[in-house]
Amino acid sequence: MAELLDALAVALKAGIGFQAVFFALLAIGLNIQFAYTGLLNFGQIAFAMLGGYGIAISVAQWGLPFWVGVLIGIAAAVLLALLLGIPTLRLRADYLAIATIAAAEGLRLTFRSVSATPITAGTRGLSGFSDPFVALAPWDTARRYSLLGTRWSGADLWVTLVGWILVALACLLVWLLVRSPWGRVVKSIREDEDAVRALGKNVYVYKMQALVLGGVLGALGGMVYAVGTASATPDQYQNANTFLAYAALILGGAARVLGPVIGAMLLYFIIQFADTGLRTLIGNGVIPEDLLSATDVAQIRFMIIGLGLILLLIFRPQGIFGDRREVMLDAR
Amino acid sequence: MIALRLLLVALFTAGLAALSPGVASAEGGAEQVSGTLRTSLSGPIEGVEVVVTTPDGDEVGTAETDENGRFVVDLPGPGEYTVTVPEDSLPEGVEFNSGNSRTVTVDPGRNQGVIIGLDDGSRNAGGGTIRWVELLVSGLRFGLLIAMAAIGLSLIFGTTGLVNFAHGELVTIGAIVAWFINVGGGVPLIAAALLAMLVGAGIGALNEVGLWRPLRGRGTGLVAALVISIALSLLLRYLYQVVYGGRSNAYADYRGQRTVDYGAFSMTNKDLTSMVVALVVLVLVAVMLQRTTIGKAMRAVSDNRDLAASSGIDVNRVILVVWMVGGALAALGGVLLGLSDEVQWDMGFRLLLLMFAGVTLGGLGTAYGALVGSIVVGVFVQMSTLVIPNDMKYVGGLLLLIVILIVRPQGILGSRARIG
Repeated sequence: MAELLDALAVALKAGIGFQAVFFALLAIGLNIQFAYTGLLNFGQIAFAMLGGYGIAISVAQWGLPFWVGVLIGIAAAVLLALLLGIPTLRLRADYLAIATIAAAEGLRLTFRSVSATPITAGTRGLSGFSDPFVALAPWDTARRYSLLGTRWSGADLWVTLVGWILVALACLLVWLLVRSPWGRVVKSIREDEDAVRALGKNVYVYKMQALVLGGVLGALGGMVYAVGTASATPDQYQNANTFLAYAALILGGAARVLGPVIGAMLLYFIIQFADTGLRTLIGNGVIPEDLLSATDVAQIRFMIIGLGLILLLIFRPQGIFGDRREVMLDAR
Repeated sequence: MIALRLLLVALFTAGLAALSPGVASAEGGAEQVSGTLRTSLSGPIEGVEVVVTTPDGDEVGTAETDENGRFVVDLPGPGEYTVTVPEDSLPEGVEFNSGNSRTVTVDPGRNQGVIIGLDDGSRNAGGGTIRWVELLVSGLRFGLLIAMAAIGLSLIFGTTGLVNFAHGELVTIGAIVAWFINVGGGVPLIAAALLAMLVGAGIGALNEVGLWRPLRGRGTGLVAALVISIALSLLLRYLYQVVYGGRSNAYADYRGQRTVDYGAFSMTNKDLTSMVVALVVLVLVAVMLQRTTIGKAMRAVSDNRDLAASSGIDVNRVILVVWMVGGALAALGGVLLGLSDEVQWDMGFRLLLLMFAGVTLGGLGTAYGALVGSIVVGVFVQMSTLVIPNDMKYVGGLLLLIVILIVRPQGILGSRARIG
């Protein structure tokens, strides 16, 4: 029983920790792109990687100030969105999907390749770039603090707090946007692109704006993650993370302002609870070692997400808060 | 000349542990990984820091190689570990053969040898082979493998409109099933490959009957179907990793073949055979599409589904056959890929993006387009290593994909109408 409570505490901490912020920001970006505009960005993790590495390379390799690194990360994300959007946004939805997933995998392979090692430090990754940010914390970051029965280091607490402020600002932005004329146009693009075009709107430009905005939010998520873990390695930014963000979005409810946030918190809570719970059950022998070993547990999370996402999309595509009429999306 | 090709070697020293097993197992926790870094030109490589991590990325320990190029790292216990040699630590002229890390499973009380293949470039030092011809031939072989896997992908898209992101998992299952039958069951690889094709066809049919047909019946949109297929891919891929493990393994047959010299290029017999097999199978598929009733029906459904249905073609049956043929071809492609590289849990997913590149280049939804496009992509990926480093060659393929989308999104054989 005590172990179960421990697992719950660990999961609770994960559900409000910076990892949840990471997925929340990624999912808010996807919310704009996928749920409101109908764009299939399957490479959201690439934007996060550019954000994280934007800071890491600027600070650790080039010795630039931290905030310049933030700007470089955002600029890189905007550039990637333009590069991907210009050729594909005029085509059918699945072309963007293929191009983005290819770009994400290609970028990760490039960042971890030998040739890029002088800049990205290869598979080893970069570290030591988050200190200027952690030093801004108004409290003593060397101490540990107690919060809701969980223990936090001062640095984690600071990154997480700033992360949630970012999430709140992003939600406010989305809330304002979807109530604006811009929001009505992108939603109509999702419903019927030709009708919008017939009304004289430049569909291509609106789609591009949505892609850039969502990509920048993804980059911010990547920054929170890189600063939170105090390191940037290419394999942190595996392709599967994009789909964890999709799972968060769909679980919470697509095309709802707070859907992706609630989804990300719940998702990370579930993942961590399953993780810790399974490890505990294996540890005290309830699950026999030869059925499932402790090293397999890390894979189980992706299986849970995969299965959960399939079931959600089939039986409850609107998630927890969504509106079914709004999420019956279809490719043109 | 044969010996000149790939004079690579990283030796391993599991034998040393066998000399003192009594002491090790008495303590109950003397698991180690060890290996040696050396090549024939550079000799032993000294002073390289080798890093051992858990699959989650936590560092377990590091060790520097000694004057014999040897390293030993003590482990906290049995389990799966990744041994990594930092990419920039090798001396001038020595490169990794296929990646700078290996994942191994260490049994209790064992010293597990680790082989990290190194290439000192001595294959270019002599011999009659011309590098670009060699790459062209290996590119053709790779392209034929991509084509075999991609034809199913393209036909499924053509007949149902589904972009199946879980198609790579059909490739992987073929390779893994054949590995279990071949290595576990002791069945010769050729028989195992045929069984794997049957399993692949079965899983293709299961995909259609168990998932996609009911979803079409519910009127699930194409975008939702796309996300479902990618979730399915996630589920299957990590299921494979749990069942099969994170290691890469070779088949029991046709190991360690020497290359045969053909003048301008050289290749192993197994590579030559898989090229021939792929060619024959692809010709058979083409004949089937061209001559048989079901093949004509497939092309008809692909071309215009409603028209095909109204001319009396049983569309659901045709789609089922497409899934079965696609599954069997993907499985065979997986076996051949596992034969030339090794069997890995995510091999199909890594191939998937190149399949997309091939299918997009050829024209989404056309069977012959997938064939032509895949071969171009295979050749492009292999020959790009003339200009870019070996570990970047997949990036070249992915860049090609994006360039195709800019220049000619409908592909070589596709029609404008499809791309919206």
